[in-house]
Amino acid sequence: MNESYRTYHPRWYRRRVPIFWWLRQLTYIKFISRELTSLGVGYGAVLLLAQIWAASAGETTYERFLGVLMSPPVVIVNLIVLTALLFHSFTWLHLAPKALVLYLGDRRLPESMVLFGHYLAWIVTSGLVVWFVVGGWA
Amino acid sequence: MKRSSEPFFWAMFSAGGTLAAFLFPAIAIVLWVAPALGWSEPLSREQLVSLLEPVWVRLGLWVFVSLCFFHWGHRFRFTLYDGLQLKHLFGLIAAVCYGGATALSLLAAYTLLNFS
Repeated sequence: MNESYRTYHPRWYRRRVPIFWWLRQLTYIKFISRELTSLGVGYGAVLLLAQIWAASAGETTYERFLGVLMSPPVVIVNLIVLTALLFHSFTWLHLAPKALVLYLGDRRLPESMVLFGHYLAWIVTSGLVVWFVVGGWA
Repeated sequence: MKRSSEPFFWAMFSAGGTLAAFLFPAIAIVLWVAPALGWSEPLSREQLVSLLEPVWVRLGLWVFVSLCFFHWGHRFRFTLYDGLQLKHLFGLIAAVCYGGATALSLLAAYTLLNFS
């Protein structure tokens, strides 16, 4: 719409939606939980940076960081975050077959195969992360 | 028609979501949860320093955390619109989310460049 018309344009009728509209159905709760996993991803990235920063700052700072990491409130938060990260992984992987349509010749690869491939890749990448951190690399 | 920045942010969101889905649970378990529950020893400073020694590790880590931040920014932006019905704060929320992701990515670059 042309900006200059806006002042005289009638307001649309909009039904007021309560803030907690998504508590009414399990599907909505799952949807909002899935969307909220982004907070877990952001928190994890910040924590990773904080750990690197602490290591860079020296031994005493790093020991203090590990102390905070082991304190009960932080452990509880991290367990919740891990749950969110796992929920993100599951929901993301289950969307993948919808987004990735593969053909074998002229037959479409079934969604279950694409999903299976993603789970396989998830297991492999997770194994690589553990191997790398635990010292296989160094 | 004005070109939309939406595809760019969506691509960042998508790339970050994929990397986080494949890597983050393992990272969180190995670095934070397993040591806290006594399943393993926490990563010592020397170990972390030697892991971050190669440039490609630091570069990869920067790409990873930055894409995670943009994943957060894009998804959280729409969570606020839909979940809390804040569509009228369109511009402000977009600025805070993408601005925050940009600032955190720069901070990550600074931290990783100055790592010693």
